[in-house]
Amino acid sequence: MNGLRNFVDKIKPTFEKGGKLGFLHSTFDAFETFLFVPNTVTRRGAHVRDCVDLKRVMIMVVIALVPAMLFGIWNTGYQHSLAFGLDWGFWNIVLYGLVKVLPLYIVSYLVGLGIEFVSAQIQGHEVNEGYLVSGMLIPLIVPVDVPLWMLAIAVAFAVIIGKEVFGGTGMNIWNPALLTRAFLFFSYPSRMSGDTVWTGGVTRFMNEGVAYQAGNGLVDGFSGATPLADPTLTNLQPKLWDMVLGTIPGSVGETSVIAILIGAFILIWTGVASWKIMVSSVVGGLAIGYLGYAVGATDLPGYYQLVMGGFLFGTVFMATDPVTSAQTECGKWIYGFLVGALAVTVRLWNPGYPEGMMLAILLMNTFAPLIDHYVIEGSIKRRAKKVKIA
Amino acid sequence: MSNNIYLKKGLDLPISGVAAQTTKKVIVPDVVAVKPTDFRGLVPKLLVREGDKVLAGTPVLADKMSQNVLFASPVSGTVAEVVRGEKRKLLEVRIKADEKQEYVDYGVRKVADMTAEQIKEAILAAGLWPAIQQRPYGIIANPEAKPKAIFVSAFSTAPLAANAEYALREDYEHIQTAVNALGKLTDGGVHMSFNSENYSGTPFHRLENVIQHTFTGKHPAGNVGVQIHHISPIQKGETVWTVSLLMLAAIGKLFNTGKYDVRRKIAVTGPKAENPAYVEGYPGIAMKDLKDFYSSAENLRFVSGDVLTGTNVGVEGFLGFADNQVTILEEGNKYELLGWAKPVRCSQFSTSRTYFSWLTPNKKYDMDTNLHGGPRAFVVNDVYSKVLPMDLYPVYLLKACLANDIDKMEKFGIYEVLEEDLALCEYVCPSKIYIQQIITDGIALMLKEMC
Repeated sequence: MNGLRNFVDKIKPTFEKGGKLGFLHSTFDAFETFLFVPNTVTRRGAHVRDCVDLKRVMIMVVIALVPAMLFGIWNTGYQHSLAFGLDWGFWNIVLYGLVKVLPLYIVSYLVGLGIEFVSAQIQGHEVNEGYLVSGMLIPLIVPVDVPLWMLAIAVAFAVIIGKEVFGGTGMNIWNPALLTRAFLFFSYPSRMSGDTVWTGGVTRFMNEGVAYQAGNGLVDGFSGATPLADPTLTNLQPKLWDMVLGTIPGSVGETSVIAILIGAFILIWTGVASWKIMVSSVVGGLAIGYLGYAVGATDLPGYYQLVMGGFLFGTVFMATDPVTSAQTECGKWIYGFLVGALAVTVRLWNPGYPEGMMLAILLMNTFAPLIDHYVIEGSIKRRAKKVKIA
Repeated sequence: MSNNIYLKKGLDLPISGVAAQTTKKVIVPDVVAVKPTDFRGLVPKLLVREGDKVLAGTPVLADKMSQNVLFASPVSGTVAEVVRGEKRKLLEVRIKADEKQEYVDYGVRKVADMTAEQIKEAILAAGLWPAIQQRPYGIIANPEAKPKAIFVSAFSTAPLAANAEYALREDYEHIQTAVNALGKLTDGGVHMSFNSENYSGTPFHRLENVIQHTFTGKHPAGNVGVQIHHISPIQKGETVWTVSLLMLAAIGKLFNTGKYDVRRKIAVTGPKAENPAYVEGYPGIAMKDLKDFYSSAENLRFVSGDVLTGTNVGVEGFLGFADNQVTILEEGNKYELLGWAKPVRCSQFSTSRTYFSWLTPNKKYDMDTNLHGGPRAFVVNDVYSKVLPMDLYPVYLLKACLANDIDKMEKFGIYEVLEEDLALCEYVCPSKIYIQQIITDGIALMLKEMC
């Protein structure tokens, strides 16, 4: 332990201002503080501080995402095996999943953290932990077959335009991970929708006739469609249990309700994410889901809306982002409800977009400050009235 | 009590080193200091020169803005040194104490027969006026003004704070006198708040001429600012005064004995205080006089006041005017390998459920001064209001202060808070923001723009 500390102390001057590698100061600092809680002491104000810091908070979200990620890796292989009729065993499935998902992670972290490090150096900040979470989220909300160069551009766009221009983590208006997805969705729609993008290897097979292991080509009856492609009761009723388990095509991490609920439990238990937003988003989704069911917009009972597509993933991991969601407790209820309600509204009444979660969250990110504004105005007015009476 | 006020939010900091209720020694002061830096925004005027003889109660400083506000020497002796800082800013007037204490005689007065003006003049002349604080802003009260009411908190919930019943048990009569006196300075009465859990246990609930309130809750329920917020919130244009029990005792002694007698029992506390207990001493005593409580001052921090709001005075420093507590703790200037990544960090406390301190609710921690992270922007938004039992939006208030937006600061409650009320917000902040400093700067801006 001491040896490591001595080594770090020895190389530290090289990276400080005026040192040979001074231009890597922020990078060095990021790695050093990753290894060691720094020795800084409080200067003024409270002399003691809680030992929780943003690294701890962020790592909890990363941990909460692990079940969804692991399931996503398995499911990628499983869907591939299913599509090509390969009858793979567990390890083969996982191996394929790793081959497909790992590069997404490498690109996501390399590009995103790279930009964070550079901009921290330019602005003279410490490197912020925020991207640890964004980088973990991004591969889980894209189709597994997305080309890596597209992902790289989208990540760069989201981090630079979505976050750094506003001043970095804590200052951004929109969730950076969702911005990545929105960029992909609107720039390369053909790679982000349709029936063939959701299953690993199928895109390439359709274009070039080859795949990692194609067997006899796509099995008869392969559809590759997500439940959202044809959301009718006759189609989905037999699949309900698959949708809960997550053994269906979809974005890498969004399919398994169970894995997401494990994450939700961790987030709520540790208090890192707001349970109010999660609950109200589910309530909003159910309300509009059943309304659509009642007026005949769909023949699916409301609860189907929760298990389809990215609804739950968005509710648990994206809508609850503390920076871009509503900040006031009352505002959180309103914000969450509207996220859920809007997502299902888009699904049911907008034929152009089968999935509404991404747009619902981004839209509500935009309006969250407005919600907070009215909540606070209301609270201040109520208080003034109370004081006048008393 | 029927109108007890329950405060659900808050946090009692589990820090080790509570002072045992014994008085370990009576400090014979060597050098004591009068520090104008104890008062916000004070521009001091020096009234003595080096070598002057002073008695306990001789004015040594005055407020340049209202020159009848005086600051007196707590002991009799000789002015040894006037310490100045940058731009010749007056920092300390050091007084070498005599062996035998002599007091200026201000005459025993009967409060009942005095008018408000006479009471004011008596307190001003004896140098005790700085004991009265004005809100908003937490500055020395303006003697010309008439406050809406006067508020006193009869208990402290601050970490390791001196126990009022022990530290002031001999001063009951004096406090009653002071309450009677100050009651004449306002039409709103003297409001005193008690801890509901110890209401019958405290002798002070028998004080007369006070309007009683009781509070139940964790820190900062004992903060007078929090209490005012629930009793009668400060509106724009209003002023209220606050006094501590300790200072009431000193004011009472002035009328009852004719002396400027600010002797007090001081709780010496903290994880690094050996056998923490009380001492009897004066404001302005040197930390060196407390050497019974530590063996080596190396790597120790000496805080005049409590660990959340006190001043880091250093081993060469002196106790503050209004403080009756010293906290001694270790400087946390150590690296901790993978600290944030450890699944459990048993030796450190966190309110966050991402750690497991909640499993050991009765454990006390040897806290040090490590920041436990690097400064970041505001990210997590719901941790602050959990420790602030006020109907305010702390993050919005802080952002308004950062933006120097006076309209918004007013709206979000700058009139109602002082640093101490948001100290716990600073403690729990995972972004390691210096919240109290932001409030200090905000109040400084308000003082500059509004006065």
